[in-house]
Amino acid sequence: MYRVRLRSVRHARGLNRLYRWLESALVAAAPLWRAIGYRRLDRPVAAVERTVKGFLFDCRMCGQCVLTSTGMSCPMNCPKNLRNGPCGGVRANGHCEVKPEMKCVWVLAYEGGQRMPGGVGAMRKLQPAVDHRLQGSSSWLRVVREKTGEPA
Amino acid sequence: MKFEDEPVPGYPLPILPGHVSPGRFERVLRAGWFAVTAELAPPDSADPDEVYRRARVFDGYADAINATDGSGANCHMSSLSVCALLTRVGYAPVMQISCRDRNRIAIQGDILGGAAMGVCNILCITGDGVQAGDHPQARPVFDLDSVSLLGIARTLRDDHHFESGRKISMAPRVFLGAAANPFAEPLDWRPLRLAKKIAAGAQFIQTQYCFDIPRLKRFMTHLEELGCIDQAYLLVGVGPLRSAKAAEWMRTHVPGLHIPDEVIRRLAGAQDPAREGRNLCVELIQEIRAIRGVHGVHVMAYRQEESVAEVIERSAVLAGRVPWYPARDTAQVPDKAAT
Repeated sequence: MYRVRLRSVRHARGLNRLYRWLESALVAAAPLWRAIGYRRLDRPVAAVERTVKGFLFDCRMCGQCVLTSTGMSCPMNCPKNLRNGPCGGVRANGHCEVKPEMKCVWVLAYEGGQRMPGGVGAMRKLQPAVDHRLQGSSSWLRVVREKTGEPA
Repeated sequence: MKFEDEPVPGYPLPILPGHVSPGRFERVLRAGWFAVTAELAPPDSADPDEVYRRARVFDGYADAINATDGSGANCHMSSLSVCALLTRVGYAPVMQISCRDRNRIAIQGDILGGAAMGVCNILCITGDGVQAGDHPQARPVFDLDSVSLLGIARTLRDDHHFESGRKISMAPRVFLGAAANPFAEPLDWRPLRLAKKIAAGAQFIQTQYCFDIPRLKRFMTHLEELGCIDQAYLLVGVGPLRSAKAAEWMRTHVPGLHIPDEVIRRLAGAQDPAREGRNLCVELIQEIRAIRGVHGVHVMAYRQEESVAEVIERSAVLAGRVPWYPARDTAQVPDKAAT
């Protein structure tokens, strides 16, 4: 929902802290996930992720979440799917070129980024092109696997 | 200016030390000249002569010609084919690649194909949304964004492989460019966005139309704070406005275009608005030229391309230099048949 999404950006700092906590908890529980099997877990975890992140951020389940480096504004809501910053078409009122009724996700990202530790500097990170094979899969489990050196 | 190894049309120049491309455009910029590029609107036609006619109006005034890629999301002859026609006779085109219409498989193929046909300059852009053009019912692709496209193009050139990791046997020797819009929101973010493009591989930058010098100066100051001045060659976009009405139409219909009210008032109050538009363009070019970190201008004179020569001539930015064009050197030699 658009209004919840705007709210999430306003609370970027708190949400970032919450995510960091969740991430460390998930990483700590990695042996459990490994015992159950990541493949078996992917669908239920992805379902939770879809519900929570869908409500808070209008998450599109790209499976390679970058919210913590985009000020908690999901870049997949950009009609051009831009993951490295705004296009040149942003309107004078900060709204989207394609959807005039929507605020540009990168204008929001910039607002959210200023509230996060590291500020907008985190947004200087170059994001690679989207891997479309990961669409619909759990981004959280992927992060856990990466952090624990588990093969993807 | 003449390079001693001036091209046989269609044949590449040798690559100079420290250069990435065999092109004339990179040479002009690296030699420290104030460069001029001009935008060619590809025809709605399959006639190659229309392309040559449109290129000829810039003869002697442009170091490179940008061939747009479905600009404004309107359908025209493709940038790749316009460039291929232009290189045949020796012009230095800038091939524009927009992320809107093709995925990474098609785009990487075009980069190789363009380079094979003599394209030395590529401008990587996001592209206007399909809603802006004549085919709003089309499917937008946006598989890549301009930054990841730059990275992929650089990988092809410097690391000799596709995004997939598969090797290529000969790398495309291309000078890579990106667009910038210092005049659109979020204004504070724009210099950072450009810094990202430079980090991703952009070597030259062409900006959106500039009608607001103070805003450009603020952008340049911010860029300097980021340590990005002179990290890439910056060409500021300019263009003559035809009338107050045209300017008003452009700022409401062209995404991301910023024209201050005083510009519109000035045109509205002029007796000959088209002439006033050209005067304004000349003044802007001269002011832009004086800004530190600017290396050239990119002239976009949509539907009044014939005015580019006048505007550049009057602004005197070429300082007597005559950029190469197919008939330049023969034109100065007396006609042997006549003697």
